[in-house]
Amino acid sequence: MKELSLNILDITMNSVKAGAKNISITLTETNKTLAIIIEDDGCGMTKEQLVRLSDPFFTTRTTRKVGLGIPFYRLAAEQTGGYVEVTSVSENDNPRNHGTVVTALFYTNSIDFTPLGDIISTVITLIQGSPNIDFYFSHTLINQHITLSTKEMRQTLGDDVPLDSYDVLDWIKEYLNEQYNFR
Amino acid sequence: MKTLAELAAIKERMKDKVAIREGNASTRIVVGMATCGIAAGARPVLSTFVEEINREGLFDKVTVTQTGCIGICQYEPVVEVHSAGNEKVTYVKMTAEKAKRVIAEHIKGGKIVTEYTIGKA
Repeated sequence: MKELSLNILDITMNSVKAGAKNISITLTETNKTLAIIIEDDGCGMTKEQLVRLSDPFFTTRTTRKVGLGIPFYRLAAEQTGGYVEVTSVSENDNPRNHGTVVTALFYTNSIDFTPLGDIISTVITLIQGSPNIDFYFSHTLINQHITLSTKEMRQTLGDDVPLDSYDVLDWIKEYLNEQYNFR
Repeated sequence: MKTLAELAAIKERMKDKVAIREGNASTRIVVGMATCGIAAGARPVLSTFVEEINREGLFDKVTVTQTGCIGICQYEPVVEVHSAGNEKVTYVKMTAEKAKRVIAEHIKGGKIVTEYTIGKA
């Protein structure tokens, strides 16, 4: 992947496929690190699935036998000296409180750090593809804090305006853009 | 500054549009957004379709949706066009520029851009 924001899109698609109702993407930067936490309340994974997660020849997809999402993400983190860690509670083990947390740490001063890239496009793509899921996005930089909550947006929009309406997507783009460019 | 309050204005504006939107779409553009698609550049392809459909005022006729892996990863980004009464058209190795041409010639003009289809790849 050319940008970390593409890995984030790819990994978050797993949360979408897991049937999550709520997904949060939290980015926290220090002067040397970037931590990315993707958390969902989807169906989760069993212990056996978790063990095989980094194996590229393990996938839930039916169209072919290779799954590279997590291996790509892990490579991007480990080549900077960081890591990816996945914890999960399966729906079968705990019907009331299940889901998956993917935590990644990147050393941004490493020569092999992949730039974050267009994170706004990733957020918009996710909302466009799953307008009924609630997304919470937060990016904490050294002296900036950017957030977006679709739950909060829905309080104003009501139930009749879908989040994938163009006007709404465009508002999200501007809303995030302004937060990033605010000094 | 953009504020959450502006969403109330969007809601007001959309009041009448929403009813039209549902049920009337006769064409569906499907973009493959699995690992293979994303790595090959599907994100800007998708956003170009979304933007162009809006710009051309086609949002009540055409919907843009995402799907997982279609199974022909070497041809990603893959885009399928499903329209009522026609056979599915599969476009391969798409880019934002190609997406614009598909909108202009196929979606608006009704003429398939044969050179981008899987049969020609």
